[in-house]
Amino acid sequence: MICVQRTEIAIVGAGPAGLSAAASAASAGAAVTLLDRQEQCGGQLIKQTHAFFGSEKQYASVRGIDIARLLTEQVRALPNVEILNEATVLGYYQDDGVLAFEKDDRFQKIKPERLIIATGASERTLAFPNNDLPGIYGAGAVQTLMNVYGVVPGRRVLMVGAGNIGLIVSYQLLQAGVEVAAIIEAAPKIGGYLVHAAKVRRMGVPILTSWTIKMAHGQDAVEGATIWQLDEKWQPVPGTERELEVDVICIAVGLSPLAELLWQAGCAMKYVPELGGHVPVRSELMETTVPGIYVAGDVAGVEEASSAMVEGRLAGLAAAQSLGYGLTDAAGLIEEAQRQLESLRCGPVGEKIRRGLAQVGR
Amino acid sequence: MLEKTGVPTEQDLAGVIPPRERLARGPVAVIECFQRIPCNPCYTACKQGAIREFADINDPPVIDFDRCNGCALCVSKCPGLAIFVVDETYSADRALVKLPYEFLPVPARGQEVDLLNREGRVVGRGRVERVQNAKVQDRTLIIWVAVPKELSMEVRNIKVGDCQ
Repeated sequence: MICVQRTEIAIVGAGPAGLSAAASAASAGAAVTLLDRQEQCGGQLIKQTHAFFGSEKQYASVRGIDIARLLTEQVRALPNVEILNEATVLGYYQDDGVLAFEKDDRFQKIKPERLIIATGASERTLAFPNNDLPGIYGAGAVQTLMNVYGVVPGRRVLMVGAGNIGLIVSYQLLQAGVEVAAIIEAAPKIGGYLVHAAKVRRMGVPILTSWTIKMAHGQDAVEGATIWQLDEKWQPVPGTERELEVDVICIAVGLSPLAELLWQAGCAMKYVPELGGHVPVRSELMETTVPGIYVAGDVAGVEEASSAMVEGRLAGLAAAQSLGYGLTDAAGLIEEAQRQLESLRCGPVGEKIRRGLAQVGR
Repeated sequence: MLEKTGVPTEQDLAGVIPPRERLARGPVAVIECFQRIPCNPCYTACKQGAIREFADINDPPVIDFDRCNGCALCVSKCPGLAIFVVDETYSADRALVKLPYEFLPVPARGQEVDLLNREGRVVGRGRVERVQNAKVQDRTLIIWVAVPKELSMEVRNIKVGDCQ
């Protein structure tokens, strides 16, 4: 017989959102079980060697790797949090509210009173001839290889995508001594922060906007790439092709929310391109349409880690409060978190997020 | 244009370069941050009160050049590595540029290095006068490099050859 464990709040994903949710929910007094499939907590933070933007409240000027450590220490110091690493959540059984996960080669179950989904997002890929050649990576994979395992992916890279991830990973490749032949971006404008763009430009890396990849070349692995220019209608212009000799093509064309558990749980979902794909409809307190199931971070809409941390805090507080914890100061803390989110999103770079969020209110 | 190329235009720079009279009085910060993004560590880092408090965290920084003493505390605190300190009073023909640096090898004091502009093109040779690497800088080094005075607003990076 498989016995079912119980907890007050289960949190799936120990990235910036999940760790922040665990800290706030447990600080309010709730018993929390935090599940993550990796052997260490931190999610994507553990490979982010750059310093964060935002304000001090979201660890501005602190490097992602160090934020992972700070948040993990904070959560570990709370006696009412149980952290389950190397625990891969496999499914959610809507009928009896049970979460199934694999740990220590065993199929296990846990029944939480509240559930916070903070599973993050996955990288998108791009269709082009020969895109299955060895040497073609997602930017996140390159970052993991280099910054977690200390392995460089090759000698000379074509970066596809000039969003923040493409720009930051290009900079980190340069730091690791890898040449970056060019960063190409299909959009007419650089999508990432212009200060990140300036950092790679002054290292001599060209950024080509309105350019895309036509195809990759190589026998057993990538030996080169053909790129071509796009017109105002995003159509490739024949005759503009250029050949680049590269042994790595790095794809950084955005992320999609990892929302499978939300679908399984029967949460109302909506396709919102501004937020990266299908995202859950939710309340201002991050509660989905299924009572007791909350979301935080990229799974709720792809955004910066600064916002993910604040959303996590908010979801953790709201879930704890719904169980009767932290009633004396929860209102103030919730209001403060909402104010921080508003300020992070109120500028022009938050415009797309605001447009997206306007569509998912419950 | 900056949004297409990643390189600020002369017009962009005109809005952030300190006036001549201020440059003639010694070191001062040049903040090359042109986009409204949610970020304010330069303000919290400044002990001189030279960077104005942000009404909205998305505001680009506004600096009071008369209050700035060129201490460079903000240089390593800026997550965008977008702040430089320029001292045009360094010598008769040389200006000092203090720039953020996160690469290996770390240049030695006295070493001659290539001077790079905002596009990474070599525009001259300069001499490293000092390498700052205090704990508070959190692994963002500040390199003091002496450059020909006319290049003080051009040089924004260095290329360090192999150590001889």
